[in-house]
Amino acid sequence: MYDAVVIGAGHNGLVAACYLARAGLKTVIVEKNDWIGGAAVSRELYPGFTYSNCSYVSSLFRPEIMRDLDLPRHGLQILPYEGGALMTRDGGYLGMFRDHESNRREIARHSRRDAEAYDRYARDILRNCRLIRPMLMRRPPDLASFHPRDLSELLWLGRQITGQSEAALCDMLRFWTMSIADFLDEYFENPAVKAYQAVGSIIGTALGPMSPGTAYVLLHHAMGDVDGNVGAWGYARGGMGSITRALADSFRAAGGEIRAGVGVQEVRISGGRATGVVLANGDEISARRVLSNMDVRRTFLGHVDRKELPADFVKRVERFKTRGSSGKLNIALDGVPRFTALPEGAPNIKGDLHFTDTIDQMERAYDDWKAGRFSRHPFQDVMIPTMIDPTMTPPGKHFMSCFVQYAPPQIEGKPWTDADRDAFAKTCIDQIEAYAPGFRDLILHVEVRTPRELEAEVGLTEGNIFQGELTFDQMFFNRPVPGYANYRSPVKDLWICGSSTHPGGGVMGAPGRNAAREVLRDLRQPVDHMSDAYAIV
Amino acid sequence: MNDLRHYETPLLPTPFHARTEAACKTHAWANWGGYRTVTTFEDLAMEHSAIRNTASVYDLCPMIKYRIEGPDAVAFLDRLTPRNVAKLRVGSVQYTVWCDDAGHLLDDGTLFRLTETRFRLCCQERHLPWLLDSAHGFDVTVTEETEEIAALSLQGPTSAEILRRAGVDIDALKPFRMMEVPFGMGRLMISRTGFTGDLGYELWTTPDLALPLWDHLMQAGALHGLRPIGSDALNIARLEAGFIITGYDFIPAHVCLREDRLRTPLDMGLGWLIDWEKGAFTGRNALMKQRAKGPDWAFVGLEIDGNIPADGAILYRAQKHEAGVVTGACWSPTLKRNIALAQLRADLVKSPDLWAEIYALRELHYAKMMMRARVVDRPFYTPARRTLTPPARF
Ligand SMILES: Cc1cc2nc3c(=O)[nH]c(=O)nc-3n(C[C@H](O)[C@H](O)[C@H](O)COP(=O)(O)OP(=O)(O)OC[C@H]3O[C@@H](n4cnc5c(N)ncnc54)[C@H](O)[C@@H]3O)c2cc1C
Repeated sequence: MYDAVVIGAGHNGLVAACYLARAGLKTVIVEKNDWIGGAAVSRELYPGFTYSNCSYVSSLFRPEIMRDLDLPRHGLQILPYEGGALMTRDGGYLGMFRDHESNRREIARHSRRDAEAYDRYARDILRNCRLIRPMLMRRPPDLASFHPRDLSELLWLGRQITGQSEAALCDMLRFWTMSIADFLDEYFENPAVKAYQAVGSIIGTALGPMSPGTAYVLLHHAMGDVDGNVGAWGYARGGMGSITRALADSFRAAGGEIRAGVGVQEVRISGGRATGVVLANGDEISARRVLSNMDVRRTFLGHVDRKELPADFVKRVERFKTRGSSGKLNIALDGVPRFTALPEGAPNIKGDLHFTDTIDQMERAYDDWKAGRFSRHPFQDVMIPTMIDPTMTPPGKHFMSCFVQYAPPQIEGKPWTDADRDAFAKTCIDQIEAYAPGFRDLILHVEVRTPRELEAEVGLTEGNIFQGELTFDQMFFNRPVPGYANYRSPVKDLWICGSSTHPGGGVMGAPGRNAAREVLRDLRQPVDHMSDAYAIV
Repeated sequence: MNDLRHYETPLLPTPFHARTEAACKTHAWANWGGYRTVTTFEDLAMEHSAIRNTASVYDLCPMIKYRIEGPDAVAFLDRLTPRNVAKLRVGSVQYTVWCDDAGHLLDDGTLFRLTETRFRLCCQERHLPWLLDSAHGFDVTVTEETEEIAALSLQGPTSAEILRRAGVDIDALKPFRMMEVPFGMGRLMISRTGFTGDLGYELWTTPDLALPLWDHLMQAGALHGLRPIGSDALNIARLEAGFIITGYDFIPAHVCLREDRLRTPLDMGLGWLIDWEKGAFTGRNALMKQRAKGPDWAFVGLEIDGNIPADGAILYRAQKHEAGVVTGACWSPTLKRNIALAQLRADLVKSPDLWAEIYALRELHYAKMMMRARVVDRPFYTPARRTLTPPARF
């Protein structure tokens, strides 16, 4: 008999399990795949090359969790990176630099006005980050509840918000609801500058840069940090899988157990309480409580007997948006591609590379998605972590991660075929080839992932990378559904701890940590081993 | 430098770099707005002493400069800044500030009226979008011209004499006035302005004439104690003169994250700049309201007991209630006093019971002190020679 069984060894399941195990709960994780990590995974699909098969950069992962769970001692290293460039159709580029003055001069090559507008823009993004960061490591209040904890959370939230001036409040509300295109228009004039700043607003999102709500998505990508450098991103040394590997080590060191290779068929429920899980091979695991790291739709629509669930809840879960919009190419390269726009030796190649140079072009890519097709001129977020990380490939060889928007869950209403997938891959590779002639000849191996593969492998319903879209209607106390933002479910002792819950997707760990905290609170167990969110001063 | 490869030189040399580099014995360089600038050339005490005893040159090039030009230039600037620009004569210079709509300070700077319709605005921060947006509806052009101008500050009791020796007839030039003389193949503009509170001038020319200007001055100043100074020496002089620096003494609104840190001209003791009668200017309504109820903050000069600089010290009333913060402080070699500039709660300006909490790290241990602080008039130091026209011989 376990104290807790966690379904899924994604990073959130692992984080939750770690905290439970460290509190002395006998905890087991069941993972359907032979490997662990969910969407934070590194596998060797070509001899000698480690990939970041899904997620590829880290910023959101909460440092409080890294510390609490001793992850650096279990091998985790986050490497800051420099650079980044957006290639323009006219053969030029707009680079990104860590150095403030270099960055200003670079923007000034495109617009002197925009170069001097950047500071105000950065201030406004940071102001919003400061507002949202304290909410990440808290359970959202249930607005309809009169429970003292909900009331006190609500009060806390109210104080955060009323502490702002009226002007700041207006700005905040606008920012949380407007489109990134409109937001950027308030600061910048140059199309390439705007296109670059819009990158974080469409990643993993079934919205275009002109859709309301995309400014918030940008914030979601800007609110993390690398060692306090808010908005910065880094590489996990050895690939994103080293995050989940370190978590697994930490978990085992705390006495936890991981069973990989057979998935959960059904959550066992008796007398309205979860009592364990039944595996696909018929094995049963009894536990006092069950935590699901699967997304909320997979959990309740796929693995819980509907008779145990209120109809209204099921309907809400069915309506929870998980529309997939992303694909990915993981490429083993024989050498460094040469992007003709970038000066020889420019550091930009060590960061994120893009090939859509206007908001308009990005919106057109989204139009294809709406029509049920993958984008003909996709938006790509291309990175070569091996420019910095020496551990993932043999020297001189490289791993390239190409994150692609937009790829719909289905192609014109029909499931993806292998031919669709290959055509998708060709489109992406052709786009890179156009900016880096000879790129194709460097390719040793490609792993192509459309929403079909993401769903089949990671279990992300419809291939949504965040286990549910990051739109305002399904954030905070509405994530995943109203009344259940507290990591609980209508079934007693069945908890949800994945990215479908507050504060949402990305390799952040906060959902898993918050869920574990609720479990321990219910048990009246001390939570001294959990840091509160670092104070924002 | 290839424009594309600017990132290889994140800290640009200024037009005077060949000379400043040769003179900088300490290799103490710092980043000022993306330029390599010297903090101390050789010896801080010698450099500060030159400002008050003989003369100093200071490389001003990184100062941000905007050219504002057009038939509506006066109207535009009158709208932009709280000071009366219509009253600024051609050939004169005005210390000024500007605010956002809420009356919060964006920057301070100097405004040069070059012709009827042409101005130069010199400041610490970058404001092109703000200036362009503010210019909407006015017939003016705003151009950032930082790199088109090389500027050098010549300050100290012998500075006028050095200019005379350099062949400039400087005697009639009054404070906050400027003149132009031919220099080399181009021109040299000289304004009687500066950041030291002493007799001094600022010299403005094109980058191609920078090195000839430096050499010419050095030659003229050889017998008059002229030496280059770094920003550390200048900082002591400006504290003695009671001048504020944007970003040090207040946080400019366009980069200020924390709303409670925003400051208005009234909070910063700059209310005297405001022409309430001239009509609309950006921030006026907000400032009127603040004037009516009185500002929450004051900006003051302090004399603090003892001789240990109170940089960053928290100020207290009655040694226990927080009252403000020191934004800049030094032991003044000129006055032999421990001086400081501070943001102080406005209701405590007259308090006789103010204290500064000073931590002095000495051989790995902190000496922790509560020192009495007294509000005194600014400037702390203002020698008569600063304004004397014609300037005395030394
Ligand atoms: C292609 C891609 C790129 C991304 N890029 C980034 C990035 O660069 N940076 C970033 O921060 N975020 C990124 N994300 C988002 C981020 O990776 C995810 O939001 C996050 O990893 C989700 O973690 P999770 O623990 O909540 O869930 P998941 O990782 O989805 O974990 C769920 C786990 O449950 C397992 N499972 C499913 N069904 C069963 C079952 N029946 N029985 C047992 N186990 C089961 C799955 O195999 C999986 O291991 C990306 C995601 C994708 C897909």
